[in-house]
Amino acid sequence: MRNPQLNQHGELQHLLTLDGLPRNILNAILDTAAPFTEVAEREVKKLPLLRGKSVFNLFFENSTRTRTTFEIAAKRLSADVVNLNINTSSAAKGESLLDTVDNLCAMQADMFVVRHAASGAPMLIAQHLQNTGRDHIHVVNAGDGRHAHPTQGLLDMYTIRHFKKDFTNLTVAIVGDVLHSRVARSQIAALTTLGVPEVRVIGPRTLLPTEVERLGVRVFHDMREGLKDVDVVMMLRLQNERMNGALLPTPQEYYKIWGLTAEKLALARPDAIVMHPGPMNRGVEIDSAVADGAQAVILPQVTFGIAVRMAVMSMLGSR
Amino acid sequence: MKDLDAEALCRQLAEQIRPHVGPATALVGIYTGGLWLAERLHAELGIAQPLGAIDVSFYRDDYASKGLHASPKKTEIPFDVDGAHVILVDDVLYTGRTTRAALNELFDFGRPARVELAVLVDRGGRELPVAARYCAHTLAAPLAPEQNLELQRDEAGQFGLMLTRRA
Repeated sequence: MRNPQLNQHGELQHLLTLDGLPRNILNAILDTAAPFTEVAEREVKKLPLLRGKSVFNLFFENSTRTRTTFEIAAKRLSADVVNLNINTSSAAKGESLLDTVDNLCAMQADMFVVRHAASGAPMLIAQHLQNTGRDHIHVVNAGDGRHAHPTQGLLDMYTIRHFKKDFTNLTVAIVGDVLHSRVARSQIAALTTLGVPEVRVIGPRTLLPTEVERLGVRVFHDMREGLKDVDVVMMLRLQNERMNGALLPTPQEYYKIWGLTAEKLALARPDAIVMHPGPMNRGVEIDSAVADGAQAVILPQVTFGIAVRMAVMSMLGSR
Repeated sequence: MKDLDAEALCRQLAEQIRPHVGPATALVGIYTGGLWLAERLHAELGIAQPLGAIDVSFYRDDYASKGLHASPKKTEIPFDVDGAHVILVDDVLYTGRTTRAALNELFDFGRPARVELAVLVDRGGRELPVAARYCAHTLAAPLAPEQNLELQRDEAGQFGLMLTRRA
């Protein structure tokens, strides 16, 4: 069975997950993103690629950064952007997901950018479009449940490549709440596909998925041990809203053991970079001095995110 | 194209442009052959403004049917376009569509005082009202559509013109 994200020519049809996406496609997206970074410096920050196309941002779950950067990316490509905040619309009145999609298709949608609390919702939409012969409409996953957040994973890879040039000699640590994190799953998939020799996950047992080793990572339950000599520290947000039950002590205690402080960061390589997908909980998973410090590349991540999303949409949007 | 000496044509092109170079003159090469040519002309003519480079991938009119060109390059316009005398440089002038795309892109950086086009070879076959102010050689008869003419640069940096059949 062919990868549902690729068309019969092996080109990107939808972007649903980085898991199983071949290295040449990942590299093509990163290569294509590079020239888009320059557009931000122009007087006219607009390219004509998606002129006349309609991009629907379907957000069934809250988001500020991701929705905004998708919106900016689509607008810089000259697309018409429609933002639907589904919490306050038809879904609240009982309309099904696929009925919503069909209605928007009837409004000549060309692309859906989908965020949903349920893992697999973007895939369901993509399959529905395929089953109904609407191959000209594309789906981009903007985060589904605990499953995947592929554009976040891609912008993280772009950031690492920007600062470290080569993936094949790096040690990368992902720290924190891996259990609830779709970002971590996309990061692990991309890092391993791109040939990073050592990917570590660091966190308390209660916040790491069982058998996480099977994803090809080394597991550490001691932050100091795990951070030793790493080139890249990727912090995760503590996802209080997804937790049920007592997985954690208090935020203060979490910070004491798992918060990234200057003292712990000193164990990494001196030129290590610190990343965070946002939004940050300062004083919980990361100390303010580190978040604003010289090694942090958290704001460049946001800027690169626009170029990466432009690359993805322009690769999808032509057919 | 064995009879066409790209090196000699390049020298001729430089001499055509030389009398018109002023302090506001800036060169912008179109990837890839046009940029090689522009680099050479920039040095040869002692142009004061830094050299610009345009990749027209994001402005092509066949994006809807052919998709995005593989690995586009960064467009870089390192001078102030407002009020500049810009000479767009390309290796071969054919349909005029690349020139159209480059013009559109250039104007997203500002409003130049004047834009001119310099090419090594005019192969005929225009589909848009585009003409080169500076042109080193015009083919006596237009090339057939399946033929592809482009500038090559060898390891020593020497130019040659290569005629191939489109796949």
